[in-house]
Amino acid sequence: MKIHLTSVFVDDQAKALQFYTEVLGFVKKHDVPVGEKDRWLTVVSPDEPGGIELLLEPAGHPAVKSYRDALTEDGIPLAQFAVDDVRGEYERMRDLGVRFTQEPLDMGPVTTAVFDDTCGNLIQIATLPQ
Amino acid sequence: MRVRLIGKYMLAYAVAVADDLFKALADPTRRTILDELTDTSGQTLFEICARLSMKHQLGISRQAVSQHLAVLEAAGLVETRREGRYKFHDLNTAPLRQIAERWLAPDRSGPEESSP
Repeated sequence: MKIHLTSVFVDDQAKALQFYTEVLGFVKKHDVPVGEKDRWLTVVSPDEPGGIELLLEPAGHPAVKSYRDALTEDGIPLAQFAVDDVRGEYERMRDLGVRFTQEPLDMGPVTTAVFDDTCGNLIQIATLPQ
Repeated sequence: MRVRLIGKYMLAYAVAVADDLFKALADPTRRTILDELTDTSGQTLFEICARLSMKHQLGISRQAVSQHLAVLEAAGLVETRREGRYKFHDLNTAPLRQIAERWLAPDRSGPEESSP
């Protein structure tokens, strides 16, 4: 068994696609209409086009808001992405207006930061030991 | 000009404030939280928990950290601030002046707190 897909709920799929591609640098993999207005919308890392897909899932279910509000209030990220240089990414994204709730923090071998993806989630970026 | 705390009620208030302060400082985990907020003020609960576990190898639950923060907040050492959807914790060192003023720079005009 292996993980091939994971997901984050997003308030607005079109806005999410824009943020996840133009700001974060992922590329669109699948975009299939589902129902009246929802899409099966996934992105992948340009480094691994055949790798794990991230589903930008509609946040329409009534439970999503309370779930995300509670976690966001406490600053808890809902996904973690790996980057080569957290500090470099932090500066690049901050200059693009991205809001960070945790600035780059060295925690032993791992450096992390947490930002708001503008679609309702906090996301952690991490530079892991090579 | 300095206002002196006089009367039984004010004395009781000063004692209660001091009790909260010293109780808050009596716990090593709470002192570590203050250390980390000294490093960077304005942290989410998640960041405080991450610092305690990753930097200090303190394996305590999020609920326990929340309770420690509540004690620190009752003593006035930590203040919470809501900003949009997030809640941040700031350090407030003002209550520590009570310690300095009581023993290091006491007001000779009269005691602010009587010992039982």
